[in-house]
Amino acid sequence: MYKIESKNVDFFYGTSQALKNINIAIMQNTVTALIGPSGCGKSTYLRLFNRMNDLIGNTKLNGQILIDGDDIYTKGVNVDSLRKNVGMVFQKPNPFPKTIFENVAYGLRVNGVTDKKIIEERVETSIKQVVLWDEVKDKLKKSAFELSGGQQQRLCIARALAIQPSVILMDEPTSALDPISTSKVEELIYELKTKYTIVIVTHNMQQAGRVSDTTAFFYLGELVEYDNTKTIFTNPKIERTQNYITGRFG
Amino acid sequence: MTHLDIELQRLKAETIKMWTLVNLQLNKGKISLLKLDKDLAREVILSERRVNAFELKLDRDCENIFALFNPVAVDLRFVLAVLKINNNLERTGDIVEGIAKFVLNVDHTFDKQVLELTRAVEMYLAANNMMETVLEAFDKEDTSLARTVFQQDELVDEINVNANKIVAEYIRSHPDNVEEALYLLSIIRKLERVGDQAKNMAEEIIFYIEAKVLKHRSKVEKSK
Repeated sequence: MYKIESKNVDFFYGTSQALKNINIAIMQNTVTALIGPSGCGKSTYLRLFNRMNDLIGNTKLNGQILIDGDDIYTKGVNVDSLRKNVGMVFQKPNPFPKTIFENVAYGLRVNGVTDKKIIEERVETSIKQVVLWDEVKDKLKKSAFELSGGQQQRLCIARALAIQPSVILMDEPTSALDPISTSKVEELIYELKTKYTIVIVTHNMQQAGRVSDTTAFFYLGELVEYDNTKTIFTNPKIERTQNYITGRFG
Repeated sequence: MTHLDIELQRLKAETIKMWTLVNLQLNKGKISLLKLDKDLAREVILSERRVNAFELKLDRDCENIFALFNPVAVDLRFVLAVLKINNNLERTGDIVEGIAKFVLNVDHTFDKQVLELTRAVEMYLAANNMMETVLEAFDKEDTSLARTVFQQDELVDEINVNANKIVAEYIRSHPDNVEEALYLLSIIRKLERVGDQAKNMAEEIIFYIEAKVLKHRSKVEKSK
């Protein structure tokens, strides 16, 4: 069974159609990269998986989005539970104005975890998962804003991991970072996929090549090609895909 | 280790597997030649398919690494070197297959006299040794070891250069053995090409590790 599926998905902002008949099936414990020129619908598509587009007024979805076989847009779906299961990391690191510890603990507390020992264990585990523990273990009570951009972004990933999602969405997670921090986050994505299903929007095609197992190329709201990343970057089937990845347009 | 490091290590391991196979083929070719073991020769010919399969796989692996990781500096040089070494190994495999085919066509073992005169066995051992040396140099990333191959190639070239005269003389004195002598001359030519392949691979190792291009330079310059 696929972890995430979109079936015949159309999406509208008012009367403007942003996504047209998208059909993608994503396997568990893989990294899928969404690439395409600006305005092609990749971030819109990403936000469907945790219903972030619900927060925008006057939108409409046709078709189905399934996670673990269940349509997440069915009436009665608990959106808070969905967003606990489907974590998100944004382009600009956005730690809370709290301590490093509290940034990661906050999600647990809000979800009803009160046991101090459990919170401490989960915070440490999550920060270790993002290979940040050695850098912050002696300053957990310091403000998260004292961290560098790359460290803040890894902290945001730890924050998402603490509530034990099964899916992580990343919207251009390294575009605001320097090359070394980018490299660390990319290595982290490679490690995390053994436990999570990751979907990442990226403008950086080389990044898509480095981190992802499958790649979906979007153009003007349509899915042009979806295949193994190796195939997309060595021998894409559609000429438009080849033109895009070779920099001939977009 | 980064993801790229893991892929590069895999590529190196696969190259070593292919190289080990080719060296084994070369060794079997030698034994089949000296003992006129036609079964062993057939085994070499059959195993050539595995060498070809390795070539295709390594080509594909290199292509994938270029496409997905855009390697630079030493990593780029490594993948470029492997691409060329892959080609050299495949050609060496072809050469050994050619030698094995000769063994199938020859009716009796080579006359000891002509073998001794031409120093063909010594040449084969030298070619074998060159291939083993370069493999070790590749595995250990030892450019000093790689450079020893240039000197060894001088012996191989010397035997090759002298072979024409020696075989011609032998044919004049043993006209019944013309065919056998010509086969032996062809084998000597092939072994000289094995020496060239080994030398090319040594150049690629030095290129990858030291970023030095030794192609088309004199032997003296290469040995430094």
